Amino acid sequence: MDYLVSILVATIAAGTPLVFAALGELVTEKSGVLNLGVEGMMLVGAIAAFAATAATGSPWTGVLAGMLAGAATALIFAVLTLTLMANQVAAGLALSLFGVGLSAFVGKSYESVSLDPSAPLTIPILSDIPLLGPVLFSQQPLVYVSWAAFAGIAWFMYRSRPGLVLRAVGEAPKSAHAIGYSVITIRYLATLFGGAMAGIGGAFLSVFYTPLWVENMTAGRGWIALALVVFATWRPARVMIGAYLFGGVTVAQFFAQGEGAAIPSQFLSMLPYLATIVVLVIISRNLNTIRLNAPVSLGKPFHPEVA
Amino acid sequence: MQRNRIRKTLFALFAAAALAAGATASAQEPLKVGFIYVSPIGDAGWTYQHDQGRQQMEKALAGKVTTKYIESVPEGADAERVIRELASNGYGLIFTTSFGYMNPTIKVAKQFPKVVFEHATGYKQAKNVGIYNARFYEARYLAGIVAGKMTKTNVAGYVAAFPIPEVLQGIDAFTLGMRSVNPKAETKVIWINSWFDPGREREAANTLIAQGADVITHHTDSPAVVQAAEEKKVYAVGYHSDMSKHGPNATLTSAVHLWGDTYTKLTQQVLDKKWKSTSIWGGFKDGMVDIAPLNKSVPKDVADLVAAKKAELKAGKLHPFQGPVKDQAGKVRVPAGQAMADDKLAVLDYYVEGVQGSLPKK
Amino acid sequence: MRLKLEARPEPSHAMKYVSPLIAAVLTFVAGFVLFSALGRNPWNAFHAFFVQPVDDLNGVAELLLKASPLVLCAVGLAVGFRASVWNIGAEGQLTAGAIAAGWLALAFPETESVLLLPAMIVAGALGGMAWAAIPAFLRTRFNANEILTSLMLVYVAVLLLSYLVHGPLKDPQGFNFPQSKEFHEAALFPYLIDGTRLNASVFVAAAVVAVGWWFMMRSFGGYTMRVAGLAGSAARYAGFSATRTVWLGMLAGGATAGLAGVGEVAGPIGQLLPSVSPGYGFAAIIVAFVGRLHPGGIVLAGLLMSLLYLGGESAQMTLDLPSAITGLFQGMLLFFLLGADVFINYRVRIVQPMRGATAPAGV
Repeated sequence: MDYLVSILVATIAAGTPLVFAALGELVTEKSGVLNLGVEGMMLVGAIAAFAATAATGSPWTGVLAGMLAGAATALIFAVLTLTLMANQVAAGLALSLFGVGLSAFVGKSYESVSLDPSAPLTIPILSDIPLLGPVLFSQQPLVYVSWAAFAGIAWFMYRSRPGLVLRAVGEAPKSAHAIGYSVITIRYLATLFGGAMAGIGGAFLSVFYTPLWVENMTAGRGWIALALVVFATWRPARVMIGAYLFGGVTVAQFFAQGEGAAIPSQFLSMLPYLATIVVLVIISRNLNTIRLNAPVSLGKPFHPEVA
Repeated sequence: MQRNRIRKTLFALFAAAALAAGATASAQEPLKVGFIYVSPIGDAGWTYQHDQGRQQMEKALAGKVTTKYIESVPEGADAERVIRELASNGYGLIFTTSFGYMNPTIKVAKQFPKVVFEHATGYKQAKNVGIYNARFYEARYLAGIVAGKMTKTNVAGYVAAFPIPEVLQGIDAFTLGMRSVNPKAETKVIWINSWFDPGREREAANTLIAQGADVITHHTDSPAVVQAAEEKKVYAVGYHSDMSKHGPNATLTSAVHLWGDTYTKLTQQVLDKKWKSTSIWGGFKDGMVDIAPLNKSVPKDVADLVAAKKAELKAGKLHPFQGPVKDQAGKVRVPAGQAMADDKLAVLDYYVEGVQGSLPKK
Repeated sequence: MRLKLEARPEPSHAMKYVSPLIAAVLTFVAGFVLFSALGRNPWNAFHAFFVQPVDDLNGVAELLLKASPLVLCAVGLAVGFRASVWNIGAEGQLTAGAIAAGWLALAFPETESVLLLPAMIVAGALGGMAWAAIPAFLRTRFNANEILTSLMLVYVAVLLLSYLVHGPLKDPQGFNFPQSKEFHEAALFPYLIDGTRLNASVFVAAAVVAVGWWFMMRSFGGYTMRVAGLAGSAARYAGFSATRTVWLGMLAGGATAGLAGVGEVAGPIGQLLPSVSPGYGFAAIIVAFVGRLHPGGIVLAGLLMSLLYLGGESAQMTLDLPSAITGLFQGMLLFFLLGADVFINYRVRIVQPMRGATAPAGV
């Protein structure tokens, strides 16, 4: 029992940076914008959050700084692709290069700083529930924020009118434009939101999960987050499943190793990637789920005059 | 691999004399010394220790050398270009500080017979290529003793990168050290297949703690494992650098690399035109490894024991792989009364008794 | 008064050539500010980045050597990208090609046959194609999105290579270090210029560019794929198979990435190592788009990207600029290049303010 609890607690923590970044990217992509720069935005968010926390001593100031820095990085992408109509795939990749370099450069003077670890926020009574209690109610505060973000985004996307507009912009920008919505403004907002969420994901890593700054510390999580949006077929709930599946398989193979599994560790390390592919194949077999969810105009530029 | 015995005191005198001589005859152009690093320098870890060594050498030989480093040079096709670039730009001595630079170093060295190369942790020498490495496992053995005395669960956790001899030497020596004072203690190992991924290092550390380890250590590059221990209130042993600032309560000690003396010595030899291609594999005796100051929570008797063992290592009276050394299957690999020979140690590819789990068979 | 972007009736031919110049000017200005702020003489910095790497024969050879894998991968990817087949796993396909070719070289350690190298080239291409076939199959058979599958397979390929060089393909005389034996003479591309590392693999790259140009610009297959990319439904009505498009797009990228893998292991590396590419497969995606998915543009973009890598090294060497600056500077230059392309399809109009006029949103 304790064992299972440990695995599940670790799974949720490991999945949380992915949850933030992938949920943000989901909103961006739903508006029809494909931003492959998640890794770069996460790193810029991570260093900004770390620097702000080191300066003020308050991790929440750090999270705010990470959020703003992520959004600011996304703004570069938005200007390039939405105003100047540059190719989104290339601009996103360039943004990653830029973010890695920028964060490393800014971070030079923070390499020797170590932050105090933040204690998990244990919710009284609820955390006493067997199994579920320690897993769900004794986590880092940002974990609860990620759940709130999930609930908020799910509600926004499917229950609110602005969410409907956002989806319309991603599905049929010309029609949305025709009935008077500013496609570009909405895409700007969605892109900035994606950057802010990636920034929080980075902040979770550098301030809460491993409270230190080292160059390139996201180590590819931005790419995984991108893949998870596809995995989730652009549905928020499946983003959560995907992030925890990925985190869970990673943690589970560590547990297997600790127990002395006699399989080459490289093969165990492959498991999270293979598991994601297998599950994607299973859910993609139903053609309708994909067709209904992938934003039709994803990655395609839009200019009001050409429309 | 042969051992190069360094007479440190004599050398220090010699260096001082050379320094005095250098002060009078300073008309000579300073020697340009280049360093190739595999990762950014950062604040701790493999490359950081090499850079500390570079700085120490530059200070010791001030006025006679200028140094330059190139960081984040990937092992593979790019390394050869960077090494050649240094060699063709007037660098007289080039340190290539990662195993993956071995073949590129040898290739460039053939084209630049007048330039001296020193390659870390490899096994290929040439007329103008020397090699150097440290007996990191000696420090691991001492850290193991501390761990064995401090553990209550008798389980130690080890977060490791890749199963190469250097890492296995560390795991085995740590385990041997631990079991020399606590025969019931065992080591659990998790391979993360990366030298550097703080998030995964942390996940692996958390896993080991959940599986009962109350002392954890790592052979990866970031302080994430030490931090995890601090947070979960278990003990940690740092690696590469003194990691205590990342876990002031948790860090029992750290197994530390020291390259400065070696860099100064080799550079001085090149300055004096006395350099010859050698193979250095130095430990405590040569000042190439050490353990960081023990945590104040370590009782005095343990500290005394560690000091005594350290003195024995320094004097060459103690070998961590002193027989009988058994592997996991219980097979005696080193008979009683012998110590593991260097050629066997250099290619180590098995776990000793006391390490849980198994290395995959080839 | 404000500026407004206005769509051109048709893409400006002149701007296709002027826009890179605009990007160059912007890079120059931004670089001037950046390097001055870092306390470096900007002229020296530009010299270090753009001149010093290629100021001798060896430098030019290195430039070509590093551009080859980028160009190779990018040409193959462009075939797919034109048809909206999003293969972003060229890095994994490159690794698979390197494994296949390396395996062959290690399997025939004695042979001096001149056929070994050609066989390795074929094996590398097939290895890359096999790795790319997985996403193609999963896409066409199970409808699984190739962005995810091709990306995930990058990690799998790299781990597979790691396993092989730690295990079955490890050099028995290599002191248990993770590396294969060094390839023998017959398994290596011959050098072209003495004293440099430039080898015959650049001919492979040149041939692929030529074939890629013919396929994309002149062949009917390339035409159908372009149509498929521009208007999937139109292509389907015209009877072009979407399945075939996916297969062609993926396999083209896989084959050229595999060839790039051969070029690395049978070229400057000369053995199998745990890592055979410092991210060429990902950088090639940028190269493909900066080259506007055109083989000629890709060659230029590949050379530029290669120059930026070399420039980063020389900036470290001569100016003590940290390696982080290289990424920053590269990213900026790419932003300008991508952004300046807007002038091909749009022109800037100065709009006089009009009372009561609502500003066009978001522009």
